[in-house]
Amino acid sequence: MSKVWALAGLVVWELYRRKDFYVLFVLTALITVLMGSAGLLHGVRAVRYVEELCLLLIWISALVIAVTTTARQLPAEREHRTLFPLLAKPVTRTEVILGKALGCWVATGLCLVVFYLFFGLVSAVREQAWPLASSLQALWLHWWMLAVVVAMSLLGSLLFATPAANATVQFLVAGGILLVGRHLNTVALGLPEPGQTLIYGLYFAIPHLELFDVRDLIVHDWAPVPWWACAAATLYAAAYAAAFLVLAAVTFRRQPLQ
Amino acid sequence: MRTDSILRIEELRVEYRSRELRQPARVAVRGLNLEVAAGEVFGFLGPNGAGKTTTINVLLGFVPPTSGAAYLFGVDVRRPIARQRIGYLPEQTYYYRFLSAEELLRFYGRLFQLAGGELDRRVVAALRLVDLEPVRRRPLRTYSKGMLQRIGLAQALINDPDLLILDEPTSGLDPVGRMKVREIIQRLKHEGKTVFFSSHELGEVETVCDRVGILCGGELKAAGRVTDLVREHQANLEQVFLRLIGYTPALPPAEGGVPGVGGAAAEIRR
Repeated sequence: MSKVWALAGLVVWELYRRKDFYVLFVLTALITVLMGSAGLLHGVRAVRYVEELCLLLIWISALVIAVTTTARQLPAEREHRTLFPLLAKPVTRTEVILGKALGCWVATGLCLVVFYLFFGLVSAVREQAWPLASSLQALWLHWWMLAVVVAMSLLGSLLFATPAANATVQFLVAGGILLVGRHLNTVALGLPEPGQTLIYGLYFAIPHLELFDVRDLIVHDWAPVPWWACAAATLYAAAYAAAFLVLAAVTFRRQPLQ
Repeated sequence: MRTDSILRIEELRVEYRSRELRQPARVAVRGLNLEVAAGEVFGFLGPNGAGKTTTINVLLGFVPPTSGAAYLFGVDVRRPIARQRIGYLPEQTYYYRFLSAEELLRFYGRLFQLAGGELDRRVVAALRLVDLEPVRRRPLRTYSKGMLQRIGLAQALINDPDLLILDEPTSGLDPVGRMKVREIIQRLKHEGKTVFFSSHELGEVETVCDRVGILCGGELKAAGRVTDLVREHQANLEQVFLRLIGYTPALPPAEGGVPGVGGAAAEIRR
């Protein structure tokens, strides 16, 4: 496991050195400014609307960071040929996959913490209240949703020719699931066979990323979801992430290096 | 089969399948048998496309053999544990340029599960050996080619390996850089390390190697002590090499004989 952590550490270090984190800070500042501008508006509804926008921005930013960071990991190792000295060490390809996935996930998690912390602080200052439990749940579930996205992107980086193609597909898939994933079963009901079975199959096969979206708890100050539901969602995400990583490891082991 | 062999290749054949339909597979290595004993410096010679790098890639587990087998320390090269006691320097230096020399060595050291004081000691020792200690905190992107080659050697030595595999270690270096790399290889030889390296530099090979193997078209044309090969063919190593790879000079030798290939070609014609 120490090899996996060493590889994960390298991914986080690379993000820091490549100044990717600066993008994060700029985005965070943007969110803060947006929150602050809510002072110009009056009324609870206006503040909620701005909060909703800020959280949406956090979701989009985190998704962009997760997908772009993960999509370039293995192609960059191949392109810069750093994969050769790496695999000449007693490291298996499965460990490389796990290390990269863990690194990207941890890096994305660090970004999320900064995003939510800023958001929480500004909310607390403006409204003299901070729904801590709801915020923690939102952060936790958001992070686990990104675990699935990271694993999918890593698998995609082995299947698609370029990081750009992979990233585009990942954005379409993740965006598609978040927007229409929950409605697929309803759509299936109105379709003739074999479309109905096909769409039903898709509905049960895809990872339902929308389950992890609990932004409304923060915006509307609702009570947190039961913790058992939170744990079940965590297990659900872990199962999907593991499945994608197994597929990635098998694909990587079968691929020629040259 | 030798009992003290660290590296063993048996009937190795490597074919690369063509991506185009109905194109025959390209044979990179055919029926290669080779053994390298502990403490030996073995030079792996051959013209471009002879199969040297493919053989090294098999030894490192990058390319699976089509048939035959290769073993490091008696362990099949397809098992990652076979790489626990080896160091590898690629032909061209490819490292994480956002890291400093020290960070790079620490990262690779962790992959060998080194930690704490032991890792610190190995990092300092490797940096000292390649004379890079004063610049150890500089990012690799600011290093010259010679410095990158030396950090490559340092990363290959971070686990204090018993076997070093060097793929054309002096390729593209200036004379000073070559001399430094050669000195390091000599030092490792005196420390009793086994070194397996491919090279085009015949003079260098003659200086540092105990034994050589000459590969051409994926086949091993000759293997043995440099002195034995030279005596057997009654020619210097360059002439032996050219003769074994079947080189036919296109141009007649210059009047009075010109040193270098022209001179060797003249010798072969005679």
